Amino acid sequence: MITPPLVRRNTPQRYRMEAYQCTKCGKIFFPGRLVCDRCKHREFEMVTLPEEGKVITHTVIRTPPTGFSDLSPYCVGIVEMANGVRILCQIADCEPETLAVGLPVTLEFRRVQEDGESGVLAYGYKAVPAR
Amino acid sequence: MRDVAIIGIGMTDFGELWTESLRDLFVKAALEAMDDAGVDHIDSMYVGSMSSGLFTGQEHIGSLLAAYLGQAPIPATRVETACASGGAALRCGYLEVASGASDIVLCGGVEKMTDVSGGRCTYALATASDQDYEAFHGVTFPGLYAMIAVAHMAKYGTKREDLAHVAVKNHDNGFLNPHAQYRMKITVEDVLNSVKVADPLNILDCSPVTDGAAAAIVCPADMARKIARKAPVKILASAQATDTIALHEREDITWNNATAAAAEKAYKQAGLSPQDICFAEVHDCFTIAEICVLEALGVVEKGKGGEASRSGMTARDGKFPVNPSGGLKSKGHPVGATGIAQIHEIVTQLRGEAGERQLSDARRGLAQNMGGSGGSAVVHIMEVLS
Amino acid sequence: MPGIVGYGAYIPRYRIRVEQIAPVWGADAPSYKRGLMLREKSVPAPDQDTITISVEAAKNALKRAGIDPEKIGAVYVGSESHPYAVKPTGTAVAEAIGAVPDCHCADLEFACKAGSESMFLAFSHVKSGEVEYALGIGADTSQGAPGDALEYSASAGGAAFIMGDRDVAATLDCQYSFMTDTPDFWRREYMHYPRHGGRFTGDLAYFKHVRGGVEGILKKSGMKPEDFRFCVFHQPNGKFPSRMAKALGFTREQHETGLLVPTLGNTYSGASPLGLSAILDIARPGDRILMCSFGSGAGSDAFVFTCTDKLPEIQGKAKTTRYYLDTNPVYLDYGTYIKFRRKIRKNVED
Repeated sequence: MITPPLVRRNTPQRYRMEAYQCTKCGKIFFPGRLVCDRCKHREFEMVTLPEEGKVITHTVIRTPPTGFSDLSPYCVGIVEMANGVRILCQIADCEPETLAVGLPVTLEFRRVQEDGESGVLAYGYKAVPAR
Repeated sequence: MRDVAIIGIGMTDFGELWTESLRDLFVKAALEAMDDAGVDHIDSMYVGSMSSGLFTGQEHIGSLLAAYLGQAPIPATRVETACASGGAALRCGYLEVASGASDIVLCGGVEKMTDVSGGRCTYALATASDQDYEAFHGVTFPGLYAMIAVAHMAKYGTKREDLAHVAVKNHDNGFLNPHAQYRMKITVEDVLNSVKVADPLNILDCSPVTDGAAAAIVCPADMARKIARKAPVKILASAQATDTIALHEREDITWNNATAAAAEKAYKQAGLSPQDICFAEVHDCFTIAEICVLEALGVVEKGKGGEASRSGMTARDGKFPVNPSGGLKSKGHPVGATGIAQIHEIVTQLRGEAGERQLSDARRGLAQNMGGSGGSAVVHIMEVLS
Repeated sequence: MPGIVGYGAYIPRYRIRVEQIAPVWGADAPSYKRGLMLREKSVPAPDQDTITISVEAAKNALKRAGIDPEKIGAVYVGSESHPYAVKPTGTAVAEAIGAVPDCHCADLEFACKAGSESMFLAFSHVKSGEVEYALGIGADTSQGAPGDALEYSASAGGAAFIMGDRDVAATLDCQYSFMTDTPDFWRREYMHYPRHGGRFTGDLAYFKHVRGGVEGILKKSGMKPEDFRFCVFHQPNGKFPSRMAKALGFTREQHETGLLVPTLGNTYSGASPLGLSAILDIARPGDRILMCSFGSGAGSDAFVFTCTDKLPEIQGKAKTTRYYLDTNPVYLDYGTYIKFRRKIRKNVED
């Protein structure tokens, strides 16, 4: 779903990778939470995720959902960032044959979705391997 | 808490049922279950349906279906835990009877998935994943399970063929199930050569889009002994658990912790261990899922799920038959109905009524129903009521 | 003296060669390559646009500037291909780099000189003392009409410049703008592709205004071509800027570092800005650079920069222009190219 309030509310995470770290046990959450699932503490401080990471699992989507056909087939993976936090995102500019567990990637700002021809654009992060 | 038994079951055929509406599917299954149980009145009902709203535009189906079943003003509630909605509906009915609040409860499940386009259907199914941090990126459900497969293969050396064997075995069983959507045998070659969906999963690794409904009637065990038309089945355990909805937030992507946690509670409740179970109906939404679930249930060691189908252990004549109904792969997967359809098969096997599919040793069965990429799991253990 | 404190480039990874385009339209590839002095051009992926390119270039500029983004008081993005007709590119960039909310922002357009306009304005703001740092970006994902000569060159890329008055890596000594109302290249509202005046776009448009810009800034700054180590002009193809450099008295050595178009294509608002960033990647303290853009409609912005001792300290802090341009590009066929550029009429998806 891409609607103006949804896009706006997700902007700090999608544009600036804002994560939140529990001030008691140090676990980092992306996106942030109201309560730490490890120690139940309720205070956090903002940290930015690093832009470097590595692929820990991956796939190639060949039957895309609505709105994703232009890039099909495209790579998707779970990426472990340099600070240990894991995210899921597309792996862009990547030939499917080169996908591998351990592939180092860097996050780039990309247009992730659009609400049809006239709706708002939803930007966010994708992981890109070195050229 | 009272002991609870299942005294009636019913289900429709599973398939692309263009001429059947959601309400008619449910009522047919429900009436069959009530007739099977020999009851014409129920005290309450639970309906498992993942998303009647997104698939048919209809919410509030508890009220709709209670009325269409001619049972208003009984309490009727829709239960939702994604693809585990059916199992969760049974759990709700079980608790209502066990607590003494009701005597005869209908636990049903229904999904009508073919009224919408493929794209809309995929969108509806994706709502079982994290909308903002998974679905937003275009990952799809086959994609999530494909990533579990890649991780499992990397960690344990599971082979591509191991996954294919799961589909072959389930089709062997579904071939004999008159209700199944795809009653055809397939080979490992067929699976490996079928159209790619999300590497390494091909179309024959994936359960289909299906319409269908299933229902079960539960009542106190003491009442069952008096009123049941057929051998009642005792629910030895009913347990449910969650895991993070998002795959990437799990410590071990290959480990289905919701299933493990629910199974642990279920075994404890029943005073049993995995070795005491004779057969199981598990949630093979994708071939890799069956592999991971067997490990989480403790039926095989962690990492050894790949060998299970390949070695013949899970075949009908194997040491631990899995999905004698054909599983989600061959029987079909009308999402909300699946959990109850698993119960239908277990009860049928326990009663000795499975015909050509009948297992030789079917004294105690386990049903494992799962939602999303493993965010919810429901486990029931059943045996014939003595 | 204020000037550039940080600069950054971004060019998408995909390319298409002249040999893939020409046969589709029955044209002779070698002739186009010779005539345009161009071999291939960059192509944006479907998930790239002027906003994404601007953000990546700006992030590189920030890495080099080493400043707190909250101190950026103005963000300007010049482009011919802003993703929205109404809703700024600059706000998305400012949000992505963390310059919000205390920030002035505007999107600019003036055909291919919209990027240099951003730089012009950013510098003026800093020089006047209005803001401490200002970001000026030129980026485009320009479209060439299928079968038209511009299809060989219209490409994608962008460069970003943070202007400031402290720890300046290249002082901006002088800026000058030369402009007339000349209809050489235009696009009417709601039309998908631009049109142009064919050969009219040479003498009375590009050449007149670049000459006007360069001669004007040389006069204003009291300098001569020999005073510069580098020059970079707007580069719609390889021929025009080479002819212009020669006509204005610049040598091939002065002009070749900033000439990216033979393998990049024409990145429109990113063109001379990217040429400048390629120069800054290898320039040394004391080097003087002359930049002159050209935008149809028509006008030129000209600048004189002098590199400082600070420049070598920041060059290596982000990926270079040549990294993006030269490293393992992925070549597309014409079908994938037109799919990426959304030139194929598809059904409305359900």
